[in-house]
Amino acid sequence: MTEQKAASIRQNDRSDTLPDFTSLGVIARVLLVVNGAAVAAALANSQSWSEIGRRFFEIALWVEPALFAVLAALYATSPLLARLRYAAGITSALVIVAVLTFALSAVQSFLGREPGWWALLRGVAIAIALAAALLEYFRLRDRAFSPALAEARLQALQARIRPHFLFNSLNGVLAIIRSDPKRAEGALEDLADLFRSLLADNRQLIPLREEVSLCSQYLNLERMRLGDRLQIDWIIDSGVEDALVPPMLLQPLVENAVFHGIEPGLAAGSIEIRIRREADRLRIGLSNPYHPEHQHRQGNRMALANIRERLQLHFDVEARLDTAIDGERYRIDMVLPYRRAV
Amino acid sequence: MTPLRVLVVDDEPPARARLRELLDDCRGEAPNIVVGEAANGLEGLDMLASTPVDVALVDIHMPGMSGIEFARHAQLLETPPAIVFVTAHDQYAVKAFELNAVDYLLKPVRASRVAASLRKVAAGVHVTREVLERVDAQPRRFLSVSERGRVMLVPLADVLYVKAELKYLTVRTREREYLIEASLAHLEEEFAALFIRIHRNCLVARRSIRGFERMAGDESEAGWAVLLEGCDEKLPVSRRQWAQVKALSRS
Repeated sequence: MTEQKAASIRQNDRSDTLPDFTSLGVIARVLLVVNGAAVAAALANSQSWSEIGRRFFEIALWVEPALFAVLAALYATSPLLARLRYAAGITSALVIVAVLTFALSAVQSFLGREPGWWALLRGVAIAIALAAALLEYFRLRDRAFSPALAEARLQALQARIRPHFLFNSLNGVLAIIRSDPKRAEGALEDLADLFRSLLADNRQLIPLREEVSLCSQYLNLERMRLGDRLQIDWIIDSGVEDALVPPMLLQPLVENAVFHGIEPGLAAGSIEIRIRREADRLRIGLSNPYHPEHQHRQGNRMALANIRERLQLHFDVEARLDTAIDGERYRIDMVLPYRRAV
Repeated sequence: MTPLRVLVVDDEPPARARLRELLDDCRGEAPNIVVGEAANGLEGLDMLASTPVDVALVDIHMPGMSGIEFARHAQLLETPPAIVFVTAHDQYAVKAFELNAVDYLLKPVRASRVAASLRKVAAGVHVTREVLERVDAQPRRFLSVSERGRVMLVPLADVLYVKAELKYLTVRTREREYLIEASLAHLEEEFAALFIRIHRNCLVARRSIRGFERMAGDESEAGWAVLLEGCDEKLPVSRRQWAQVKALSRS
């Protein structure tokens, strides 16, 4: 879903697209709706409470094999379906549903579970109707979230990142411009790059490498101000630099870490950033010293909410962000699907 | 015109250097001489004890002690310095300063603004202790006592209890007692998260409560007493406060 969604966010003419049948969110929603329908059917055919369970079990015997077969088939053919035009894609998906439901039901009838062409055709008809309703639901949902709306939301979210570090950096440069003009020059160059990133079209996913270098430039500027009080540990597994991430994913977190973790400390403190790949997921951990008496200062929660919302727009349920206080350190743990730049 | 003696308090060395340069730039307009630099409020207070200072340029956000708290403690001195705050982006503080006509400089600071502030100081404009109390949004980290011309600081984290006695408050730490001039009600309000009132005249630090003991007594106030961590004294709990104190001891 992610690449597709990222792509659909980019384009301006909105055409409908099939849901990504490989995404967890889509699969979970299908399972939920179909089983919900089965429960409803069991309820409708029952005369007493005790009967509901038995009815549901009977229905499930027919429904579940077909449901899982259809999901597996759609998962496998998803790349092919995505290439078709929307109408053709919908038709193909419905054909898959019809054929598989019919075939599996026929096998079960043949095994003597329940006779009758009538029941068989009725099952297929219900399956097609459910599938059509679900596809329409996904189409409407897609419209609600993308592209125009998602684009507007991303733009709004992006605009809300109003980094204080721009001020801090300008103050830093002004402070050294007479004593160390060379360093001031370098700092202004870093600042220009940061401005460029901030003003860029920030709605497409970018390689992690770019986000990391942005953070390094930002940290260079902060070190000008904070000196040795600011210590950074980057632990980045080799090969993850190509992973695609939303732009400005790390920078606000690193800025928060400086603001809440380093600035309030009299002694030096370290920010640790650890990025690694775990199978098909990218895991980003960030930790900084925790100062309990400093927590009332606003801003942290806003940045976290902002990043969570953008993760959701890009990755749906497949990404998450957790925070924890672990003794004297504040930790952020972020997981997102591992996608590579092509 | 005698030059103003200036103290610069900021935790970031480049920021101090910048203020020095600016003070240098506006020397013609507003004669001044930098008599000291401090990297935090504690250093700043030490410096005030040894060096006469007319005006302190103070950054608001500093580790250990905020600039506003520094200014509040500095007011205990016999001749407190005038205070000019410096901040980059604290909307809350700026609003409070505006409302209370407290002088402040916004970073990046300009030489002309520094000169204007110094001229105001030379004309005798001073913030008062009350105003500083009003603009300080955060509880202090230290209580302060004026002793022999210098400001003694007592970290609130060390305080076991505070007791009202006639005109003064007795502040007890593990090591010793201090007498400060303040009101118990104000302290209770400012440090509600830290202290609990156990008696009309006594606040106890929540984290120093070790337990409770039944006092065998025949007076009207006989009842429970608080046992403290790191101190043998037992403090009586009044009947009126017992319900609250007990609720705390359960949690």
